[in-house]
Amino acid sequence: MAKVLVVTSGKGGVGKTTSTAALGAALALNGQKVVVVDFDVGLRNLDLVMGAERRVVYDLINVAQGNAKLSQALIRDKRLENLALLPASQTRDKDALSEKGLARIIKELRTLFDWVICDSPAGIERGAMMAMRHADAAIIITNPEVSSVRDSDRIIGLLDAKTEKAAKGERVEKHLLITRYDQARAMRGEMLKKDDVLDILSVPLLGIIPESEQVLRASNLGQPVTIANPLSAPARAYNDAARRLMGDNLAINVPLERFNLLGRIFGGRAA
Amino acid sequence: MNFFGLFKRSDPLPATAPVARERLQVLLAHERGSPRNSSKMTALKEDIIDAIARHMLVKPEAVKVKIDRRAEVSILRIAVDIPA
Ligand SMILES: Nc1ncnc2c1ncn2[C@@H]1O[C@H](COP(=O)(O)OP(=O)(O)O)[C@@H](O)[C@H]1O
Ligand SMILES: [Mg+2]
Repeated sequence: MAKVLVVTSGKGGVGKTTSTAALGAALALNGQKVVVVDFDVGLRNLDLVMGAERRVVYDLINVAQGNAKLSQALIRDKRLENLALLPASQTRDKDALSEKGLARIIKELRTLFDWVICDSPAGIERGAMMAMRHADAAIIITNPEVSSVRDSDRIIGLLDAKTEKAAKGERVEKHLLITRYDQARAMRGEMLKKDDVLDILSVPLLGIIPESEQVLRASNLGQPVTIANPLSAPARAYNDAARRLMGDNLAINVPLERFNLLGRIFGGRAA
Repeated sequence: MNFFGLFKRSDPLPATAPVARERLQVLLAHERGSPRNSSKMTALKEDIIDAIARHMLVKPEAVKVKIDRRAEVSILRIAVDIPA
């Protein structure tokens, strides 16, 4: 039975697209059939982070409007044959994606994949609501920072109000993924700690992804970090999170970016 | 520049994270407060507009929903311009 995930946050720039790509690739590396779907209509980026930007022919809206078949729009990953991307459209008309067209696409994707991962746009407007509409589970991406935590709290409220599950009186399963975490700064009291964020949001923790230069490096290369450098701290944290999604019971440890000290001495600043 | 100076912070900054935590707890308690939370209110607003639109031919702009937040109670005001 396929599972539809939405990767959401309210706030922009917190790591939704990075996490969608990294978790999608990690699940695929663990043998799962995965499609990552870009809902950021007008500002698509998942294709770039996945390194597929030159292979986009048709997009989500073309399929929703019946102008292309799903099979024509899906881009199979060159590295992992059980990973695919459904790109967003670059059209400026955000209303072009119809409720009906989307429902039909999600239904079809459920028959083809084990995991359908929806990369939400920022904000709480229509695009973000469409991304969460059909979700069975939500991954709430939060940075240890006041505005990100507040926006996550709003998104949690919307998941309980605006999704198909909510309409049926059911609950969307929620997972908190703390990203861009800097353990050293949290210990110095410069940044909210993981437990602060957990206490405030009270959503079960899926994982903690450290702030790391490996993330930018991977996106420069057009590779999910879990493919670009599987042994790096962020990749291992994403891989553990993916395995938890699959039901593995792994202890969560706070990852330390190992090269912080050297980075500080030679580079002037950490990762 | 002193090489060993690179290894230690010259003057440790006071911790600001506890302040952030405190402010968030106060703010979110308010935003989630009666009627439960502000995102719920936004959702309610949209549902009211949808419901009215199902029963009469009105433009979404003709439906005005306003929430007055007071200390004790909040007032929900709905105004609909119906064509003559
Ligand atoms: N763990 C991390 N460490 C360092 N940089 C990160 C990390 N996660 C995300 N970033 C960077 O933050 C920026 C925003 O990330 P992105 O995934 O595009 O966010 P969103 O999709 O939420 O807008 C990108 O430049 C990305 O490389
Ligand atoms: Mg994004």
